[in-house]
Amino acid sequence: MNLKTFAGGLHPPDSKHYSANKPIERCPLPDELVIPPAQHIGAPAEICINVGDQVKKGQVIATAKGFVSVPVHASTSGMVVAIEPRLHPMGKPLPAVVIKPDGKDQWEDSLQQHDPDQLNADELKKLICAAGIVGMGGATFPAHVKLSPPEGKKIDTLILNGVECEPFLTADHRMMLEESERIIDGINILRKILGLETAIIGIEVNKPDAIEKLTRDCAPHGIQVQPLKVQYPQGAEKQLIDACTGRQVPTGGLPMDCGVVVQNVGTCAAISDTIRLGRPLVERVATVTGPGIREPKNLLIAIGTSLQHMLDQCGGLDGEPAKIIMGGPMMGQTQLSLQVPAIRGTSGLLIFREQDLPRKNFGPCIRCGRCVSVCPIHLQPTTIAAYARLDMIDEAENNNALDCIECGCCTYICPATLPLVQSIRHIKGSILAKRRKI
Amino acid sequence: MDNQLYLSSSPHIHSGETTERIMRLVIYALLPAVLVSLYFFGLPALKVLLICTLGCVVCEALANKLLKQELTIKDGSGALTGILLALNLPASSPWWLALLGSAIAIFIGKMIYGGLGYNPFNPALVARVVLLISFPVQMTRWTAPAPLTTGIDAVTAATPLGEMKMAVMLTGKLPETANSGLLDYFTGNMGGCLGEVSSIALLLGGLLLIYKKVITWHIPVSFIGTTLLVSTIFWLADPGKYANPLFHLLTGGLLLGAFFMATDMVTSPITYKGMLIFGCGCGLLTILIRLFGGYPEGVSFAILLMNAVTPLIDRSCRPKIYGLAEKA
Amino acid sequence: MFAAILSLGGIGLVAATALGVAAKKFAVEIDPRELAILEVLPGANCGACGYPGCSGYAKGVAEGKALPTACSPGGAEVIEAIASVLGIEAVTFEPQVAVVACQGDNQKAKVKYRYLGLTDCNAAQKLADGPKTCPSGCLGLGTCERTCPFDAIEMTSENLAVINRDKCTGCEKCVAVCPRQVIRMTPRKVTTHVLCNSHDKGALIRGYCQIGCIGCHICNKTVPGAFVIENFLAHTNYEKLDELEDIELAVTKCPTKCIRDFSSGYPAGSSFVPTRNDAA
Repeated sequence: MNLKTFAGGLHPPDSKHYSANKPIERCPLPDELVIPPAQHIGAPAEICINVGDQVKKGQVIATAKGFVSVPVHASTSGMVVAIEPRLHPMGKPLPAVVIKPDGKDQWEDSLQQHDPDQLNADELKKLICAAGIVGMGGATFPAHVKLSPPEGKKIDTLILNGVECEPFLTADHRMMLEESERIIDGINILRKILGLETAIIGIEVNKPDAIEKLTRDCAPHGIQVQPLKVQYPQGAEKQLIDACTGRQVPTGGLPMDCGVVVQNVGTCAAISDTIRLGRPLVERVATVTGPGIREPKNLLIAIGTSLQHMLDQCGGLDGEPAKIIMGGPMMGQTQLSLQVPAIRGTSGLLIFREQDLPRKNFGPCIRCGRCVSVCPIHLQPTTIAAYARLDMIDEAENNNALDCIECGCCTYICPATLPLVQSIRHIKGSILAKRRKI
Repeated sequence: MDNQLYLSSSPHIHSGETTERIMRLVIYALLPAVLVSLYFFGLPALKVLLICTLGCVVCEALANKLLKQELTIKDGSGALTGILLALNLPASSPWWLALLGSAIAIFIGKMIYGGLGYNPFNPALVARVVLLISFPVQMTRWTAPAPLTTGIDAVTAATPLGEMKMAVMLTGKLPETANSGLLDYFTGNMGGCLGEVSSIALLLGGLLLIYKKVITWHIPVSFIGTTLLVSTIFWLADPGKYANPLFHLLTGGLLLGAFFMATDMVTSPITYKGMLIFGCGCGLLTILIRLFGGYPEGVSFAILLMNAVTPLIDRSCRPKIYGLAEKA
Repeated sequence: MFAAILSLGGIGLVAATALGVAAKKFAVEIDPRELAILEVLPGANCGACGYPGCSGYAKGVAEGKALPTACSPGGAEVIEAIASVLGIEAVTFEPQVAVVACQGDNQKAKVKYRYLGLTDCNAAQKLADGPKTCPSGCLGLGTCERTCPFDAIEMTSENLAVINRDKCTGCEKCVAVCPRQVIRMTPRKVTTHVLCNSHDKGALIRGYCQIGCIGCHICNKTVPGAFVIENFLAHTNYEKLDELEDIELAVTKCPTKCIRDFSSGYPAGSSFVPTRNDAA
């Protein structure tokens, strides 16, 4: 097989056996849905309803503010019982709309079905923006922004991210197996918007069933399926582009700077629903997994479902949780409580018990160079981290700290268990703050 | 009750690789060489090994106490330094020499810089070179190997490199043994430091380290490769005066240095390109000292000199980062 | 022999000439006042003045770019000395000292989560606004301790930052680095302070800290006018420095014991002892 990959990276145990064979299951609605308007990169949406209002599934409850922003929709029909700060996955209370479902799960009446062949690119983009579609791999970057390259930037390749290189997560894997039609339909819509033919789906070879199925289903559409080596972070945008096309995104630039647009396979399925059925992004597939969960599953959840509710559908906890992680183990965020709602970027819920946590015992850097050899950006993480420790902002910047994608490879491999990524993230903040000041 | 959940920055899993494991593996890899030295040099070797290892560990604990630090001896780096130092001493070393060496290695070689990870020079080599310069008599009183099976008392003998230097200086010609003794050199049946005699044992340990991914091939290969290359050039130019490359490979501390001393992570470069430059530099300096320097053996000096330029190498060998290749 | 003397002498002569010429040619003019000012500065290179070090500040003052009163570590003495070098009148200067306005160590304040990671308050603050439930208390990871150029801050055995009032020079570096603004500058002669930084209401504070100010006004009723209570948080009334004679009375009356008189001791777990400055 023609396996492609990138330079650097590593291969942590993928731990996908927990949930890889579990078909996607619809999660019943909880007693209340907590929907924060801040669910994407960019300006948070502005709440446009009031307490006591009746809402229907798919109704806009917060409108987009600015270009890099998308509206937020009610994920079911019911009554708005509160608009108040609730604990957000970011770790602090942020404004949120609390909806008490009426159990009817009724769609908004004004939603319109379209035939993508009848619409032009701009109309399609508008619909995608209005549906609140964001990158569903976890980065939650508004999809319509990626699809609107500025004048003069020529896009010739569309890459679909079916890599799912994060250990434990299997949501995309199941989507590709069960929803390949919607995904392919979404890809065709994206090709129409971008006006290009070349579309490549990148999939790691640890998902042979998905590769096989998509290769078969894609053949009539002229979409290429590219098997990729199992290597983290294969699914990081820049690494995926390098592996699939051999191009590199210029430092400080975006994929469109090298003629590529990358979208997650889950996003494609959502785009298909949006155009054909008129349905905005109000649900997603998330993997509930980890050694701390009795029956790991892939759940189709309404946005705003609490982690606790998701957990209850999966047989509950197996032991005391020590770490609640939203997302994968390499880049996910730890959570303060199970009351936190799942949002558009929630690709998984991962529970570790005390005994599953890595032993942490910081030692001095012994300059073994392992972090340098695994860095997919070819930085010297230990050097940047040392500058970070000394708050030497300019030196860190000269060592390209800002190019770090925070994939976590260096921290994963470090024999001194140093929190290298945290140091680099910290100094990146300082560099940006300094730039703003000047 | 306080919240018992942990919060931390990603990633939340770890490879399980630890400093202790690395040190432990290097010590295991040294075991063949240690065993061979015990076989050839007997009880005196055991004495030197024990004094150095214990000496280094005790000195490190003492330094921790003095500097009011947490005890760091558990990471195994002190013990490793001790074993490496012992392997760099002659079997006939008196107890005080070994003990002094341990103190120099730990205090001057390592702890005054802030302990593991901060020392610019390989501590064991610092100690060896200080001892070599301060006590040249004791440090060059080699005993001929007397395998346990033979039961002969130790007799003094010169190292092959020492013999060569002497012969070349006096007669301008190589000694006869330079070409005939290769098999003995390979197994370790020659005079020399504890750890440098047996090429096969060192090779075994070194390959274990590479197989276990503790070290990469870059430094040993470039170090040994450069030494072989340069010595081949000289040998071809004048085989009567310059020894053949195999002689250079199997005698002296080349293999010990290339696999175990130069690869010391703290004092060698962190990038592959840097490691190659470092290894080539070590090899070149070694052969130059062996052929033209005042000392018969140059491995320790070569490595220490290259340690000194490691920060420079690191600085000039930053890998080209992702996204710059396209622009250039 | 003769040749050796000649050649060595020759080399010496050439080198000496070269050095002499270089010294003349590349001589740098320095304002004598700059040297005089550098002489009187403390030499800690702490950066409190906003310049990279004492010499930079001396240059700035000599050129008239920097205020002669900017060296807070030096205090009144140094300001006076600089003034006399410049030939101007010294400005009066109220010596300041930094105070950590928190006593919520790991025994007394509730923990929001268990933190794993970089030992740095700023890094911890970025994770869900810090590992303590109190939104404004000391995080206890010692960033200020490592920043202090005068070794004046220690972390107590219960992870609370405490500032040594004798060693503190008022350079404000710790104030700048603390992510929670829990360190304040106060007049040195005031030794009684309310050690709490949370503006939350009493009921909320009692939920997460045993030793926080609940804004009950008892201190001000005990010693009228000695304290100012704003947004449920009291602080010493620094405007009325001369009328604070009986302020110590409030210390015993405070129901949560969050007022401390530094002349009678530092917070629990600190090795600092009050000395001449503070012993009233």
